[in-house]
Amino acid sequence: MAGGADRPAHPGRDFAPYRSSVLRHPKRPLVPMGGDPDAAELYGPVFGVTDVTELDADLTRQHQGEPLGERITVTGRVLDRAGRPVRHQLVEIWQANASGRYAHQRDQHPAPLDPHFTGVGRCLTDDQGRYLFTTVKPGAYPWRNHLNAWRPAHIHFSLFGTAFTQRLVTQMYFPGDPLFPYDPILQSVTDPAARERLVAAYDHELSRPEFSLGYRWDIVLDGPAATLSEAALPEAVVSHAALPGSGEDR
Amino acid sequence: MPRPTPSQTVGPFYGYALPFPGGGEVVPAGHPEALTVHGYVYDGGGAPVPDALVETWQAAPDGSLAGRPGSLRRDPVTGGFLGRNGLDFTGFARVATDADGHWTVRTLEPPSGRPYLAVCVFARGLSHHLFTRAYLGAPASSDALLSALPEERRTTLMARQESERVHRFDIRLQGEKETVFLDFTTSHTSDTSGLRHGSGR
Ligand SMILES: [Fe+2]
Repeated sequence: MAGGADRPAHPGRDFAPYRSSVLRHPKRPLVPMGGDPDAAELYGPVFGVTDVTELDADLTRQHQGEPLGERITVTGRVLDRAGRPVRHQLVEIWQANASGRYAHQRDQHPAPLDPHFTGVGRCLTDDQGRYLFTTVKPGAYPWRNHLNAWRPAHIHFSLFGTAFTQRLVTQMYFPGDPLFPYDPILQSVTDPAARERLVAAYDHELSRPEFSLGYRWDIVLDGPAATLSEAALPEAVVSHAALPGSGEDR
Repeated sequence: MPRPTPSQTVGPFYGYALPFPGGGEVVPAGHPEALTVHGYVYDGGGAPVPDALVETWQAAPDGSLAGRPGSLRRDPVTGGFLGRNGLDFTGFARVATDADGHWTVRTLEPPSGRPYLAVCVFARGLSHHLFTRAYLGAPASSDALLSALPEERRTTLMARQESERVHRFDIRLQGEKETVFLDFTTSHTSDTSGLRHGSGR
Protein backbone atom coordinates (compact mmCIF):
# COMPACT_ATOMS: atom_id res chain seq x y z
CA MET A 1 0.00 0.00 0.00
CA ALA A 2 1.10 3.54 -0.65
CA GLY A 3 2.52 5.51 2.28
CA GLY A 4 -0.17 6.83 4.56
CA ALA A 5 -2.83 4.45 3.29
CA ASP A 6 -2.87 2.70 6.65
CA ARG A 7 -3.24 5.84 8.73
CA PRO A 8 -6.54 5.83 10.56
CA ALA A 9 -9.29 7.67 8.76
CA HIS A 10 -11.39 8.23 11.85
CA PRO A 11 -10.64 10.58 14.70
CA GLY A 12 -9.35 9.10 17.94
CA ARG A 13 -12.08 9.28 20.54
CA ASP A 14 -9.56 10.53 23.11
CA PHE A 15 -8.59 13.77 21.36
CA ALA A 16 -8.15 15.99 24.43
CA PRO A 17 -8.24 19.38 22.65
CA TYR A 18 -11.92 18.59 22.03
CA ARG A 19 -12.75 19.04 25.68
CA SER A 20 -16.13 17.28 25.82
CA SER A 21 -14.42 14.09 24.70
CA VAL A 22 -12.46 13.68 27.94
CA LEU A 23 -15.14 11.79 29.92
CA ARG A 24 -16.97 10.44 26.90
CA HIS A 25 -14.60 7.92 25.36
CA PRO A 26 -13.86 4.34 26.37
CA LYS A 27 -10.39 3.68 27.77
CA ARG A 28 -10.41 -0.03 27.05
CA PRO A 29 -9.67 -1.22 23.53
CA LEU A 30 -12.69 -2.09 21.40
CA VAL A 31 -13.32 -5.79 20.89
CA PRO A 32 -12.58 -6.77 17.27
CA MET A 33 -15.54 -8.43 15.55
CA GLY A 34 -13.89 -9.07 12.21
CA GLY A 35 -14.37 -12.79 12.02
CA ASP A 36 -18.07 -13.13 12.83
CA PRO A 37 -20.16 -13.77 9.69
CA ASP A 38 -23.32 -14.18 11.79
CA ALA A 39 -23.39 -10.65 13.20
CA ALA A 40 -26.76 -8.91 12.82
CA GLU A 41 -24.72 -5.75 12.25
CA LEU A 42 -23.76 -6.99 8.78
CA TYR A 43 -27.32 -6.07 7.82
CA GLY A 44 -29.09 -2.87 8.69
CA PRO A 45 -32.19 -0.73 8.62
CA VAL A 46 -33.74 0.11 5.27
CA PHE A 47 -35.76 3.14 4.27
CA GLY A 48 -38.12 3.88 1.43
CA VAL A 49 -40.33 6.40 -0.27
CA THR A 50 -42.59 6.61 2.76
CA ASP A 51 -39.69 7.88 4.90
CA VAL A 52 -39.06 11.13 2.99
CA THR A 53 -41.22 13.79 1.38
CA GLU A 54 -40.45 15.71 -1.75
CA LEU A 55 -39.58 18.95 0.02
CA ASP A 56 -37.14 17.31 2.42
CA ALA A 57 -34.18 17.69 0.05
CA ASP A 58 -34.79 21.41 -0.56
CA LEU A 59 -34.11 23.31 2.64
CA THR A 60 -34.94 26.62 0.96
CA ARG A 61 -38.59 25.69 0.35
CA GLN A 62 -39.72 24.48 3.74
CA HIS A 63 -41.25 27.82 4.80
CA GLN A 64 -43.36 30.63 3.34
CA GLY A 65 -40.42 32.71 2.15
CA GLU A 66 -36.85 32.41 0.92
CA PRO A 67 -34.14 32.01 3.55
CA LEU A 68 -31.33 34.54 3.76
CA GLY A 69 -27.90 33.55 2.56
CA GLU A 70 -25.99 32.18 -0.37
CA ARG A 71 -28.08 29.49 -2.08
CA ILE A 72 -26.09 26.31 -2.76
CA THR A 73 -26.60 22.78 -3.98
CA VAL A 74 -24.58 19.99 -2.44
CA THR A 75 -24.39 16.69 -4.26
CA GLY A 76 -22.23 13.60 -4.47
CA ARG A 77 -22.27 9.83 -4.22
CA VAL A 78 -22.39 7.50 -1.27
CA LEU A 79 -20.04 4.55 -1.85
CA ASP A 80 -18.98 1.50 0.09
CA ARG A 81 -15.39 0.49 0.73
CA ALA A 82 -15.24 -1.32 -2.60
CA GLY A 83 -16.37 1.80 -4.45
CA ARG A 84 -19.84 0.48 -5.13
CA PRO A 85 -22.80 2.86 -4.86
CA VAL A 86 -24.99 2.67 -1.77
CA ARG A 87 -28.43 2.71 -3.38
CA HIS A 88 -31.75 3.89 -2.00
CA GLN A 89 -30.41 4.64 1.44
CA LEU A 90 -31.25 7.48 3.80
CA VAL A 91 -29.10 10.62 3.93
CA GLU A 92 -29.94 13.18 6.61
CA ILE A 93 -28.41 16.64 7.09
CA TRP A 94 -28.68 19.50 9.55
CA GLN A 95 -26.94 22.85 9.68
CA ALA A 96 -26.85 26.37 11.02
CA ASN A 97 -28.44 29.18 9.03
CA ALA A 98 -26.43 31.71 7.03
CA SER A 99 -25.72 33.68 10.21
CA GLY A 100 -24.33 30.68 12.06
CA ARG A 101 -27.38 30.01 14.25
CA TYR A 102 -29.15 26.66 14.69
CA ALA A 103 -32.92 26.50 15.02
CA HIS A 104 -32.29 24.74 18.33
CA GLN A 105 -33.42 26.15 21.65
CA ARG A 106 -30.06 25.57 23.26
CA ASP A 107 -28.14 27.52 20.61
CA GLN A 108 -27.87 30.92 22.27
CA HIS A 109 -25.35 32.43 19.84
CA PRO A 110 -26.66 36.00 19.39
CA ALA A 111 -26.96 35.75 15.62
CA PRO A 112 -30.41 36.11 14.06
CA LEU A 113 -32.72 33.17 13.59
CA ASP A 114 -34.22 33.00 10.12
CA PRO A 115 -37.99 32.35 10.12
CA HIS A 116 -37.60 30.90 6.64
CA PHE A 117 -34.92 28.36 7.48
CA THR A 118 -34.89 25.36 9.78
CA GLY A 119 -31.82 23.62 8.41
CA VAL A 120 -32.95 19.97 8.34
CA GLY A 121 -32.96 17.85 5.16
CA ARG A 122 -33.37 14.23 4.10
CA CYS A 123 -33.25 12.25 0.90
CA LEU A 124 -32.75 8.74 -0.43
CA THR A 125 -29.77 8.01 -2.66
CA ASP A 126 -30.62 7.09 -6.26
CA ASP A 127 -29.54 4.08 -8.36
CA GLN A 128 -26.00 5.46 -8.60
CA GLY A 129 -25.81 6.28 -4.91
CA ARG A 130 -26.28 9.99 -5.56
CA TYR A 131 -27.80 12.48 -3.15
CA LEU A 132 -28.61 16.15 -3.76
CA PHE A 133 -29.63 18.95 -1.40
CA THR A 134 -30.54 22.56 -2.08
CA THR A 135 -29.81 24.78 0.90
CA VAL A 136 -27.95 27.93 1.93
CA LYS A 137 -24.31 28.10 2.95
CA PRO A 138 -24.17 27.91 6.74
CA GLY A 139 -22.28 30.53 8.74
CA ALA A 140 -19.38 29.90 11.10
CA TYR A 141 -20.33 30.02 14.77
CA PRO A 142 -18.60 30.36 18.14
CA TRP A 143 -18.54 27.68 20.84
CA ARG A 144 -17.06 27.39 24.30
CA ASN A 145 -14.43 24.71 23.84
CA HIS A 146 -11.69 27.29 24.48
CA LEU A 147 -11.32 31.08 24.34
CA ASN A 148 -12.28 32.43 20.91
CA ALA A 149 -13.31 29.04 19.55
CA TRP A 150 -15.16 29.10 16.21
CA ARG A 151 -16.48 26.25 14.14
CA PRO A 152 -15.74 26.52 10.41
CA ALA A 153 -18.91 26.46 8.30
CA HIS A 154 -20.14 22.89 8.03
CA ILE A 155 -23.14 20.70 7.27
CA HIS A 156 -23.80 17.69 9.50
CA PHE A 157 -24.46 14.43 7.61
CA SER A 158 -25.93 11.14 8.81
CA LEU A 159 -25.64 8.08 6.54
CA PHE A 160 -26.66 4.44 6.41
CA GLY A 161 -25.11 1.69 4.34
CA THR A 162 -26.50 -1.76 3.67
CA ALA A 163 -25.01 -2.84 7.00
CA PHE A 164 -25.33 -1.23 10.42
CA THR A 165 -21.51 -1.48 10.61
CA GLN A 166 -21.35 1.16 7.85
CA ARG A 167 -23.27 3.76 9.86
CA LEU A 168 -21.65 7.18 9.62
CA VAL A 169 -22.29 10.59 11.17
CA THR A 170 -19.90 13.25 9.97
CA GLN A 171 -19.56 16.88 8.88
CA MET A 172 -18.90 18.41 5.47
CA TYR A 173 -16.75 21.54 5.25
CA PHE A 174 -16.31 24.19 2.57
CA PRO A 175 -13.04 24.63 0.65
CA GLY A 176 -10.50 27.19 1.80
CA ASP A 177 -12.04 27.99 5.16
CA PRO A 178 -9.46 29.92 7.26
CA LEU A 179 -10.84 28.39 10.47
CA PHE A 180 -9.67 24.84 9.68
CA PRO A 181 -6.41 24.97 11.67
CA TYR A 182 -8.20 26.33 14.74
CA ASP A 183 -10.98 23.74 14.92
CA PRO A 184 -10.30 20.79 17.26
CA ILE A 185 -13.23 18.85 15.81
CA LEU A 186 -11.81 18.85 12.28
CA GLN A 187 -8.28 18.45 13.68
CA SER A 188 -9.37 15.40 15.68
CA VAL A 189 -8.84 13.71 12.31
CA THR A 190 -5.07 13.70 12.47
CA ASP A 191 -4.26 12.44 8.97
CA PRO A 192 -4.22 15.47 6.62
CA ALA A 193 -5.37 13.35 3.67
CA ALA A 194 -8.33 12.09 5.69
CA ARG A 195 -9.20 15.66 6.74
CA GLU A 196 -9.26 16.65 3.09
CA ARG A 197 -11.91 14.01 2.48
CA LEU A 198 -14.22 16.05 4.73
CA VAL A 199 -13.96 19.13 2.50
CA ALA A 200 -16.34 19.52 -0.43
CA ALA A 201 -15.11 20.82 -3.79
CA TYR A 202 -16.61 23.84 -5.47
CA ASP A 203 -17.75 22.62 -8.89
CA HIS A 204 -18.64 25.31 -11.40
CA GLU A 205 -20.42 22.76 -13.58
CA LEU A 206 -22.85 22.23 -10.72
CA SER A 207 -23.59 25.92 -10.25
CA ARG A 208 -26.93 26.88 -11.74
CA PRO A 209 -26.99 30.18 -13.64
CA GLU A 210 -28.63 32.97 -11.65
CA PHE A 211 -29.69 30.48 -8.96
CA SER A 212 -27.11 28.62 -6.89
CA LEU A 213 -23.47 27.66 -6.38
CA GLY A 214 -22.59 23.98 -6.60
CA TYR A 215 -20.49 21.83 -4.28
CA ARG A 216 -19.54 18.19 -4.75
CA TRP A 217 -18.85 15.84 -1.90
CA ASP A 218 -18.54 12.07 -2.21
CA ILE A 219 -18.84 9.93 0.90
CA VAL A 220 -17.23 6.52 1.46
CA LEU A 221 -18.72 4.36 4.19
CA ASP A 222 -16.34 2.27 6.27
CA GLY A 223 -17.16 -1.13 7.68
CA PRO A 224 -18.06 -4.53 6.28
CA ALA A 225 -21.48 -5.70 5.08
CA ALA A 226 -22.82 -9.17 4.38
CA THR A 227 -22.52 -8.34 0.67
CA LEU A 228 -18.97 -7.06 1.09
CA SER A 229 -16.88 -9.98 2.17
CA GLU A 230 -13.19 -9.35 2.58
CA ALA A 231 -12.33 -12.01 0.02
CA ALA A 232 -14.54 -10.32 -2.56
CA LEU A 233 -13.04 -6.87 -2.09
CA PRO A 234 -10.16 -6.93 -4.61
CA GLU A 235 -12.40 -8.29 -7.34
CA ALA A 236 -15.03 -5.65 -6.66
CA VAL A 237 -12.39 -2.96 -6.90
CA VAL A 238 -11.14 -4.27 -10.21
CA SER A 239 -14.60 -4.46 -11.73
CA HIS A 240 -15.36 -0.94 -10.54
CA ALA A 241 -12.19 0.42 -12.10
CA ALA A 242 -13.09 -1.29 -15.35
CA LEU A 243 -16.56 0.23 -15.50
CA PRO A 244 -16.95 2.22 -18.70
CA GLY A 245 -17.76 5.88 -18.26
CA SER A 246 -17.08 5.84 -14.52
CA GLY A 247 -16.45 9.57 -14.73
CA GLU A 248 -19.91 10.39 -16.00
CA ASP A 249 -21.60 10.68 -12.62
CA ARG A 250 -21.50 14.44 -12.53
CA MET B 1 -10.03 1.26 -3.21
CA PRO B 2 -11.56 4.50 -1.94
CA ARG B 3 -10.57 5.57 1.55
CA PRO B 4 -13.36 5.99 4.11
CA THR B 5 -14.83 9.36 4.97
CA PRO B 6 -13.85 10.16 8.57
CA SER B 7 -16.45 10.30 11.30
CA GLN B 8 -17.15 13.58 13.12
CA THR B 9 -19.08 14.11 16.34
CA VAL B 10 -22.85 14.39 16.14
CA GLY B 11 -22.40 17.62 18.16
CA PRO B 12 -24.97 19.25 20.43
CA PHE B 13 -27.61 20.35 17.92
CA TYR B 14 -28.83 17.16 16.20
CA GLY B 15 -31.91 17.20 18.43
CA TYR B 16 -34.18 18.90 15.93
CA ALA B 17 -32.94 16.81 13.00
CA LEU B 18 -32.33 13.16 13.86
CA PRO B 19 -34.87 12.09 16.50
CA PHE B 20 -38.38 11.52 15.16
CA PRO B 21 -41.72 10.92 16.86
CA GLY B 22 -42.12 7.28 17.81
CA GLY B 23 -38.42 6.68 17.16
CA GLY B 24 -38.24 4.25 20.08
CA GLU B 25 -41.57 2.54 19.33
CA VAL B 26 -40.52 -0.27 17.01
CA VAL B 27 -43.88 -1.78 17.93
CA PRO B 28 -46.89 0.25 19.05
CA ALA B 29 -47.37 0.88 22.75
CA GLY B 30 -49.76 -1.74 24.08
CA HIS B 31 -48.61 -4.47 21.69
CA PRO B 32 -49.11 -7.67 23.72
CA GLU B 33 -45.64 -9.00 22.91
CA ALA B 34 -43.78 -5.71 23.29
CA LEU B 35 -40.56 -5.74 25.27
CA THR B 36 -39.33 -2.55 26.85
CA VAL B 37 -35.56 -2.09 26.77
CA HIS B 38 -34.34 0.98 28.60
CA GLY B 39 -31.39 2.40 30.43
CA TYR B 40 -29.06 5.30 31.06
CA VAL B 41 -25.97 6.52 29.29
CA TYR B 42 -23.20 7.51 31.73
CA ASP B 43 -19.91 9.32 31.22
CA GLY B 44 -16.58 8.52 32.85
CA GLY B 45 -17.48 10.60 35.90
CA GLY B 46 -20.67 8.60 36.43
CA ALA B 47 -22.85 11.50 35.27
CA PRO B 48 -25.78 10.79 32.96
CA VAL B 49 -25.28 11.93 29.36
CA PRO B 50 -28.31 14.03 28.42
CA ASP B 51 -27.28 14.57 24.80
CA ALA B 52 -26.60 11.10 23.50
CA LEU B 53 -28.41 9.44 20.62
CA VAL B 54 -29.04 5.70 20.84
CA GLU B 55 -29.93 3.60 17.80
CA THR B 56 -30.84 -0.08 17.85
CA TRP B 57 -31.06 -2.63 15.07
CA GLN B 58 -32.08 -6.28 15.38
CA ALA B 59 -33.30 -9.36 13.61
CA ALA B 60 -37.08 -9.68 13.34
CA PRO B 61 -38.72 -12.35 15.52
CA ASP B 62 -38.91 -14.63 12.46
CA GLY B 63 -35.14 -14.31 12.02
CA SER B 64 -35.24 -11.96 9.05
CA LEU B 65 -32.45 -9.40 8.77
CA ALA B 66 -33.88 -7.75 5.67
CA GLY B 67 -35.50 -4.88 7.57
CA ARG B 68 -38.53 -2.97 6.35
CA PRO B 69 -38.94 0.69 5.41
CA GLY B 70 -41.26 2.97 7.31
CA SER B 71 -39.46 3.86 10.54
CA LEU B 72 -39.85 7.57 9.73
CA ARG B 73 -43.13 7.28 7.81
CA ARG B 74 -44.12 10.75 6.67
CA ASP B 75 -47.21 12.72 5.81
CA PRO B 76 -46.82 14.10 2.28
CA VAL B 77 -49.52 16.69 3.03
CA THR B 78 -48.00 18.37 6.07
CA GLY B 79 -44.43 17.06 5.89
CA GLY B 80 -44.91 15.76 9.43
CA PHE B 81 -44.50 12.28 10.83
CA LEU B 82 -47.25 9.67 10.64
CA GLY B 83 -45.58 7.09 12.86
CA ARG B 84 -44.93 3.51 11.80
CA ASN B 85 -47.82 1.64 10.24
CA GLY B 86 -47.94 -0.88 13.07
CA LEU B 87 -47.60 -3.85 10.70
CA ASP B 88 -44.11 -3.78 9.25
CA PHE B 89 -41.35 -4.62 11.71
CA THR B 90 -38.56 -2.22 10.70
CA GLY B 91 -36.08 -3.47 13.31
CA PHE B 92 -34.74 0.05 13.80
CA ALA B 93 -35.10 2.45 16.71
CA ARG B 94 -33.61 5.88 17.33
CA VAL B 95 -33.95 7.73 20.61
CA ALA B 96 -32.26 10.73 22.11
CA THR B 97 -31.50 10.44 25.82
CA ASP B 98 -33.64 12.70 27.98
CA ALA B 99 -32.37 15.35 30.40
CA ASP B 100 -31.61 12.52 32.82
CA GLY B 101 -29.58 10.49 30.31
CA HIS B 102 -32.36 7.92 29.96
CA TRP B 103 -33.59 6.15 26.80
CA THR B 104 -36.41 3.69 26.10
CA VAL B 105 -37.09 1.36 23.18
CA ARG B 106 -40.21 -0.79 22.78
CA THR B 107 -39.68 -3.71 20.45
CA LEU B 108 -40.18 -7.45 19.93
CA GLU B 109 -37.90 -10.12 21.26
CA PRO B 110 -35.07 -10.90 18.82
CA PRO B 111 -34.76 -14.54 17.72
CA SER B 112 -32.72 -17.02 19.74
CA GLY B 113 -29.96 -17.17 17.11
CA ARG B 114 -29.23 -13.47 17.48
CA PRO B 115 -30.75 -12.66 20.87
CA TYR B 116 -29.51 -9.09 21.06
CA LEU B 117 -30.14 -5.53 19.99
CA ALA B 118 -27.23 -4.07 18.07
CA VAL B 119 -26.70 -0.67 19.70
CA CYS B 120 -24.99 2.37 18.20
CA VAL B 121 -24.26 5.35 20.46
CA PHE B 122 -23.62 8.91 19.35
CA ALA B 123 -22.99 11.92 21.62
CA ARG B 124 -21.61 15.39 21.77
CA GLY B 125 -17.97 14.87 22.73
CA LEU B 126 -17.83 11.47 21.04
CA SER B 127 -15.86 11.87 17.81
CA HIS B 128 -16.80 8.46 16.43
CA HIS B 129 -19.90 6.47 17.33
CA LEU B 130 -19.63 3.31 19.42
CA PHE B 131 -21.22 -0.09 18.80
CA THR B 132 -22.28 -2.43 21.56
CA ARG B 133 -24.92 -5.13 22.04
CA ALA B 134 -27.74 -5.53 24.52
CA TYR B 135 -28.28 -9.27 24.99
CA LEU B 136 -31.80 -10.06 26.15
CA GLY B 137 -32.24 -13.32 27.97
CA ALA B 138 -29.81 -16.21 28.07
CA PRO B 139 -27.51 -16.34 25.04
CA ALA B 140 -26.29 -19.56 23.52
CA SER B 141 -23.06 -20.81 25.05
CA SER B 142 -21.67 -20.82 21.51
CA ASP B 143 -22.11 -17.05 21.14
CA ALA B 144 -18.77 -16.02 19.66
CA LEU B 145 -18.59 -12.59 21.26
CA LEU B 146 -19.71 -13.49 24.76
CA SER B 147 -17.60 -16.63 25.03
CA ALA B 148 -14.48 -14.63 24.15
CA LEU B 149 -14.99 -12.18 27.02
CA PRO B 150 -13.99 -12.53 30.66
CA GLU B 151 -16.96 -12.65 33.03
CA GLU B 152 -16.72 -9.10 34.35
CA ARG B 153 -16.66 -7.68 30.82
CA ARG B 154 -19.37 -10.00 29.54
CA THR B 155 -21.88 -8.75 32.10
CA THR B 156 -21.77 -5.26 30.60
CA LEU B 157 -23.50 -6.67 27.51
CA MET B 158 -26.27 -8.50 29.37
CA ALA B 159 -29.49 -6.57 29.83
CA ARG B 160 -30.94 -7.13 33.31
CA GLN B 161 -34.50 -8.36 33.36
CA GLU B 162 -36.51 -6.10 35.68
CA SER B 163 -39.89 -7.67 35.13
CA GLU B 164 -41.49 -10.03 32.65
CA ARG B 165 -41.29 -7.67 29.70
CA VAL B 166 -38.84 -5.00 30.88
CA HIS B 167 -35.06 -5.13 30.40
CA ARG B 168 -32.53 -2.63 31.68
CA PHE B 169 -29.37 -1.88 29.70
CA ASP B 170 -27.08 0.91 30.85
CA ILE B 171 -24.24 2.18 28.70
CA ARG B 172 -21.09 3.37 30.44
CA LEU B 173 -18.85 5.25 28.03
CA GLN B 174 -15.85 5.13 30.38
CA GLY B 175 -14.82 3.99 33.83
CA GLU B 176 -14.70 0.96 36.04
CA LYS B 177 -17.73 -0.82 34.58
CA GLU B 178 -17.11 0.51 31.10
CA THR B 179 -19.36 -1.15 28.53
CA VAL B 180 -17.75 -3.48 26.01
CA PHE B 181 -17.67 -1.68 22.67
CA LEU B 182 -17.18 -3.47 19.39
CA ASP B 183 -14.94 -2.80 16.42
CA PHE B 184 -16.28 -3.95 13.07
CA THR B 185 -14.07 -1.80 10.86
CA THR B 186 -10.38 -2.20 11.50
CA SER B 187 -10.06 -5.95 11.68
CA HIS B 188 -9.82 -6.27 7.91
CA THR B 189 -6.39 -4.68 7.87
CA SER B 190 -4.67 -6.99 10.29
CA ASP B 191 -6.86 -9.48 12.07
CA THR B 192 -9.66 -11.41 10.44
CA SER B 193 -10.12 -13.72 13.37
CA GLY B 194 -10.25 -11.22 16.17
CA LEU B 195 -12.93 -13.04 18.08
CA ARG B 196 -11.14 -16.33 18.18
CA HIS B 197 -7.92 -14.72 19.37
CA GLY B 198 -9.58 -11.86 21.20
CA SER B 199 -8.69 -11.68 24.82
CA GLY B 200 -11.28 -8.98 25.33
CA ARG B 201 -8.72 -7.03 27.29
FE1 LIG C 1 -22.53 22.17 13.95
